[in-house]
Amino acid sequence: MNAIEVDHLTKKFGDLVAVSDISFHVAQKEIFGLLGPNGAGKTTLIRMMTTLTPPTSGTARIAGHDIRTDADGVRHAMGVIPQAMTSDPELTAVENMLIHAKLYGVPRQDRDRLILDLLESVDLLKFKDALVRTFSGGMRRRLEIARGLVHSPRILFLDEPTTGLDPVSRTNVWQMIRALRERSDLTILITTHYMDEADKLCDRIAIVDHGKLAALDTPTRLKDSVPSTDTVEAEFENAPADWIAQLQGLAHSAGVTQRDEVVHIASNDGPATVAALMDLTRARGVTVHRVSVHGTTLDDVFVHYTGSDLRDAAKGGAHYDVGHLYR
Amino acid sequence: MNFQRIWALIERDLRKFFRSPALMMTSMVFPLMQLVVLGYAFGGKIVGVNLAFVDMDHSVESRNVREMFNGIATGPRTFRVIEYDSLPKAVEDLKNGHVRAVVCVPEDFSRRFYHRDRPRIAFMEDNTDQFISSSILERVQQMVDQLNTPDVTPRLAGQVQLDTVEVYPYVEYIKYLLAGSIALSVFVVAMIGGGITFIDDKARGLHEGYLVTPIKKTELVLGLIGAGTVKGLMAGMVLTVIGGMIAGIPDIWNPVRLFYLALVVTVASIAMMSFMFLLMVRVDDPLVPRATFGVLNTLLFFPSGAVYPIQAFPRWLRWIAIIDPFTYTVHALRNLTLKGTGIEGIYMDVLVLLGFSAVMIAGCFALFKRQL
Repeated sequence: MNAIEVDHLTKKFGDLVAVSDISFHVAQKEIFGLLGPNGAGKTTLIRMMTTLTPPTSGTARIAGHDIRTDADGVRHAMGVIPQAMTSDPELTAVENMLIHAKLYGVPRQDRDRLILDLLESVDLLKFKDALVRTFSGGMRRRLEIARGLVHSPRILFLDEPTTGLDPVSRTNVWQMIRALRERSDLTILITTHYMDEADKLCDRIAIVDHGKLAALDTPTRLKDSVPSTDTVEAEFENAPADWIAQLQGLAHSAGVTQRDEVVHIASNDGPATVAALMDLTRARGVTVHRVSVHGTTLDDVFVHYTGSDLRDAAKGGAHYDVGHLYR
Repeated sequence: MNFQRIWALIERDLRKFFRSPALMMTSMVFPLMQLVVLGYAFGGKIVGVNLAFVDMDHSVESRNVREMFNGIATGPRTFRVIEYDSLPKAVEDLKNGHVRAVVCVPEDFSRRFYHRDRPRIAFMEDNTDQFISSSILERVQQMVDQLNTPDVTPRLAGQVQLDTVEVYPYVEYIKYLLAGSIALSVFVVAMIGGGITFIDDKARGLHEGYLVTPIKKTELVLGLIGAGTVKGLMAGMVLTVIGGMIAGIPDIWNPVRLFYLALVVTVASIAMMSFMFLLMVRVDDPLVPRATFGVLNTLLFFPSGAVYPIQAFPRWLRWIAIIDPFTYTVHALRNLTLKGTGIEGIYMDVLVLLGFSAVMIAGCFALFKRQL
């Protein structure tokens, strides 16, 4: 049985379609990523799956429980770490855990041991009696992950768990998530707009854009599906008017695009394309300010499937997320 | 219904409450301060009002009248007598606010007195301040009554006399106000817990953390109202004891009366907390409860009879008093603190408050959104 089965989920806010007919499934013990810019519909999708928002149509089954007909079963089976920091700053770490343990009906005899074990696993045991308002963002997020596990759920939902965290805290959270998967049978669904996060953490990634599922596969296969293996990035001076057209003819070039001053050349053989590029610039008297080659990234995958990069999509798509109105 | 979940929410709020001395102080200090300031400001007797005395008769009888005024000035000190030679000057000073009343003994006072021809004393008052003018008038009327009393009392008096029996000892205004202050402390807790904190927690996203747990809508509503009720009970009882000692309520530690006081404060807390929760159940903006605090305070506290008798209100204000939970709280608390009644003096108020709470809680169940 799949841990999560999403079946034609749609959510409309008036005329606005926030999530449009999305279907996918997540296998047990899988780390599944929903990747997309702010406003793509990720949070709305996760809120429907976690029973926080009713779907307009379609349904989902979480650990076999239907979100429409068995919301209580869903809530018992999952742990949720919402995008907003939901731990109570006026309570200590232990108190936050304790209140949630009681809300989930964790037996009294198991509570203390479980809470201390979980706090230790997120490296917060020495801060167990400190008020959460004294915690850094990373500490608070780790506490919330521990709190989401207090009732030993089978599935963990993390909505943009590293947004707003510094690089060190982000790395800590990633390590925690990996450790969780190794230590337990937990299935993890994570939403993110960070390419590197999705690439490093997820077994499979669903790219969501404008409320629709644009692509779904493993990171490797998604990268392989893009018709080039490398990307050459370069900046020029004194380039002639037909410079882009001339670059199209470079060896192994699979397409040229320009964003701002940076030219991106998709290539089947990056080093060979760079060599040809150098020859061409010398011949045409064009000055090269910078040139670099990198393998295909998820950013390239995103551009390939959505027609824009994540940053552009975020600018254009922010109005899609109406769920934030609640906060 | 899972009581462990309800208790978890109550426990959360109580931990936060005890950890926030500022919150505890606000809920108790504000009503206590109001009790002391208003209690002593409104409860005192009026003294030292300037009164102009114009003697145009210059007779033995007019001097007798003057002596009686002097007696008031040195005894109860309701007014200070200032003698004037000129009536127009005294009236001018009355109009300019230098004196609050003018007493004039006319030239023919002694002649009329001896001829038993309805001797008169003129009294002019500044009636822009009803409290002062009625207080002076009461004193002057007492003196006139005394002047009319015959020197020798008839052996068989034919006049009807009223014998007054006061059932309770004299009640100072601060004692009268105490019930309203206790109710106000409960209201402040409801306003902070059911209004401001609830919306703040919602705005900060804390509620989302609870909505993803298996807690049911009814449990959430009862847990939040229950938390406010416990806090209201604590604040109300602290104010009852401290306020009672300040106001001088006799036998404040009587355990039976304390039990009934706790009962009334508890049902009042449920009523006000559920009322506040119903008002705020669909509100998301943290500014709303703050903006409505003053409005609700005025609309609930003053029409309840806490500071002035409901019987003096116009009809429309009496209607507000009828649906105001403050009214029944104040009535029951006043019966307990001033009259020392038992359950027979409060059971109707308790039933009304419980009925009111049931309607409010049913409304909360219907309107509270379990989803975002």
